[in-house]
Amino acid sequence: MPVTVRTSLAVFGLCLAVAAQMFLAPSAMAQKALPDSAAPLAKETAQGHTMSIQEVTSPGGIKAWLVESHVNPLISIRFAFFGGAAQDAPGKEGQAYFVTSMMDEGAGELDATAFQERSESLAMQLDFDASRDVMLGSLQTLTENKDEVFELARLAMTEPRFDESATARVKAQILAGLKYDENDPATVASIAWDRLAFRDHPYGRPVKGSPESISAITDDDLHDYVHRVFARDKLVVSAVGDITPEELGKALDTLFGGLPEKADLRDVADAEPPLGPAREVIKMNVPQSFAQFGFRGIARHDDDFIPAYILNYIIGGGGFSSRLMEEVREKRGLAYSVTSNLFPYQHGSVFVGNVATKNEAVGQSLKVIQDELEDVAENGLTEDQLDAAKSYLTGAYALRFESSSSIANQLLWIQIEDLGIDYVTKRNALIEAVTLDDIKRVAGRLLAADQLITTIVGQPVEEPVTEGAPG
Amino acid sequence: MPAASPQKPGKKAFEFKLENGLDVVVIPDHRAPVVTQMIWYKVGAADEPYGVSGIAHFLEHLMFKGTETIPAGQFSKIIARKGGDDNAFTSQDVTAYFQRVAKDRLASVMEMEADRMKNLRLTENDVNTERNVILEERRSRVDNDPSSLLQEQMMAALYRNHPYGIPVIGWEHEIAKLNREDAFAFYDRFYAPDNAVLVVAGDVEPDEVRALAEETFGKVPAHGDLTKRERPAEPKHDASVTVTLEDPRAGRTTVQRLYIAPSYTTGKPGEAEALELLARIMAHGSTGRIYKSLVVDKEAAASAGGWYSESGLDSGRIGFYAIAGDNDTPEEMEAAIDAVIEDVRANGVTQEELDRARAALLAEYVYNSDSISRMARQYGWRLAVGLDVEDVEDWPNRIKAVTTDDVRKAAVDHLLDENSVTGILKPAPEHTSKVQEKPVPAATKDKS
Repeated sequence: MPVTVRTSLAVFGLCLAVAAQMFLAPSAMAQKALPDSAAPLAKETAQGHTMSIQEVTSPGGIKAWLVESHVNPLISIRFAFFGGAAQDAPGKEGQAYFVTSMMDEGAGELDATAFQERSESLAMQLDFDASRDVMLGSLQTLTENKDEVFELARLAMTEPRFDESATARVKAQILAGLKYDENDPATVASIAWDRLAFRDHPYGRPVKGSPESISAITDDDLHDYVHRVFARDKLVVSAVGDITPEELGKALDTLFGGLPEKADLRDVADAEPPLGPAREVIKMNVPQSFAQFGFRGIARHDDDFIPAYILNYIIGGGGFSSRLMEEVREKRGLAYSVTSNLFPYQHGSVFVGNVATKNEAVGQSLKVIQDELEDVAENGLTEDQLDAAKSYLTGAYALRFESSSSIANQLLWIQIEDLGIDYVTKRNALIEAVTLDDIKRVAGRLLAADQLITTIVGQPVEEPVTEGAPG
Repeated sequence: MPAASPQKPGKKAFEFKLENGLDVVVIPDHRAPVVTQMIWYKVGAADEPYGVSGIAHFLEHLMFKGTETIPAGQFSKIIARKGGDDNAFTSQDVTAYFQRVAKDRLASVMEMEADRMKNLRLTENDVNTERNVILEERRSRVDNDPSSLLQEQMMAALYRNHPYGIPVIGWEHEIAKLNREDAFAFYDRFYAPDNAVLVVAGDVEPDEVRALAEETFGKVPAHGDLTKRERPAEPKHDASVTVTLEDPRAGRTTVQRLYIAPSYTTGKPGEAEALELLARIMAHGSTGRIYKSLVVDKEAAASAGGWYSESGLDSGRIGFYAIAGDNDTPEEMEAAIDAVIEDVRANGVTQEELDRARAALLAEYVYNSDSISRMARQYGWRLAVGLDVEDVEDWPNRIKAVTTDDVRKAAVDHLLDENSVTGILKPAPEHTSKVQEKPVPAATKDKS
């Protein structure tokens, strides 16, 4: 079967559709000779920057998206197997994470040291990362070493050894890491939050496991995970760089052709949407308390996701432009960082934020955050805030495509989230289409300030009282 | 022959100087319609007046407050409205501000950056609020984390006289006293076009950047009488030092060892390159000798490795660390690290090790050149500490020229006890810390 290629052209129109009024008093920006970009740019089309995404199907039937670029002598490949940490066996939490640390510890005829030395000689960069729903893989190689690198990466995925000595060594490293994490306020708060929010659901378990569960994992468990999850029917791939469709087709068969055709995944139920009020304080002898707060979010394929995404940018996702940063850091000096995020997992979504403030004032930070959430839910936002968010989100989209590995990463997540090969072209229009009414509706639906789930790690001086919080 | 010798990416950067002394570097890369702008001031924490620690970093924060034309607190918001990301960072030697924007916004972000080079405005309230933000930043980065606390103490012990011993973020009691006058004194003294390097990387050509730079930064008057950066020099050391921190919040016992070593700026030709390869062979990841010896062969540690810090204006550092497994002692780990160091000093490294490390380093150079923001950072940092474009672009050739003899010599010359500090972090019920001096030569016994 020949390689088949379908092409989709993504044009980077960097148009800020409608120029918002600058947030400045008219006299604030003295007119200089240089044009400011507040003028509508719709007429100024981007200068012929097109990124062609080709859908390649290998002779063996494995699909990938490819952006060919022969500027630099390297190839970045990103891939994912659906499964992730949610596939950890009960009592074996951290199984997927353990696997990610074992993928360069020997394969085929090569023991750990031989594999690592060969990998270094070839300048192969092969990394695995376990998220909740997917096992992520990243492979980078110089063009001149590609055949040997693809062969070595194939070996790692199809014939991992998981020798007893290597397993014991990596287990000791993971346990040392967990020991460190036990004393890291941010990690402790995050693990406690997941447990509080998701209870018995797989999402309630720590991705890196616990000392008990990691200790219980054997090399058989590692093999079992790889056999169940590393399979062709649950695989998505993207490739960027110095490789033709034909070469990529061959590489796909080398890399993944030897894997089982079908994955053997456990069913993961949809989680009960997390809602409080609930609060847990974990005492730790540190000068600054770390708090994580949030509740259920909005799913990726929900029609309200894009408005929710914009809303989150305005509330806490937008760095120095966010309202939480404005209120907590800029106005009051209560924290160095305060952020919020939407995580649309496949079986349950959350809106989660965090803040770190000295013990004496962490209650004040949380109060300010809660007031902001209430204010947005009640009063919505202004046209100007929405315009500012749209300007940023549409303008900054191109920044995600500045290197081979970042392009590959974008294309991978578009596939993981099943958004379609033309998503890159459509995405900014989806942002632009959101109205103030949409935002108001979604704010009402998403923000439940009186139902926050909060975990605080440190020595908070005044535990702020939330009405209805369990005693 | 190395197993991988990537083709030389070749000349990428164009350099010119404006009349007011601003160095400009342009790195065209037309793959995406975006640019990174970075302005690098040749000033860092090590240039602070004594007793005013943290002012370089404090000023970096205050630079986002406002100017005559930009209302308070709006700088980053305006950049965001342009679809851009921006931020800044401060180190011992450099302070850098950067934006990533679509190419057609370059002119306006250049204008904003040039504007705050000259026209910073600060209210007392700005300063007071931001001081609290920085105290929170210090708690997040240092005070909440015993390994950061130990790092701070180790640096203070390693540099007896040079300001590298003072943390970039500042000592807490000195941060608490920083004020508006301190900030402006530092700003007026160091923030000027003739003390800066502008780097623009991405979808641009040198000529268009020159025109825009002249129009914006070119209008900022030169400072004219910038004094050369002369920091107090480090005296000869007569003892090695061990710093011990016992902390209930320490996860596992760790041992670290830091040596003062040359950097790319201070080293003789080829010296830093040899140190770079030495550190990689000794300590990089699971192929490094330290890991193989401590973790694989002796099973004396759960993890171990190291690094070379190569960019300092006045010195570099080479560092090693080991993290204990369940039953490993700091004495055992330290002795094992010493054994690896002694072996390399006595017997050098093999050609095979050198070739493997070299292949990996040369490939990293190619991987880095795939990202415009990483390129901007690489060139900017080097130029801000006194190197030039050729130093950056000829680096692969100089790495190729390093021999096993050079690597061994780097170990013999620079892995010296008296120029080292050892840091030990132990979990303990009570918090205590102590510093011990050991006369040179420090006896090392390999107990294995």
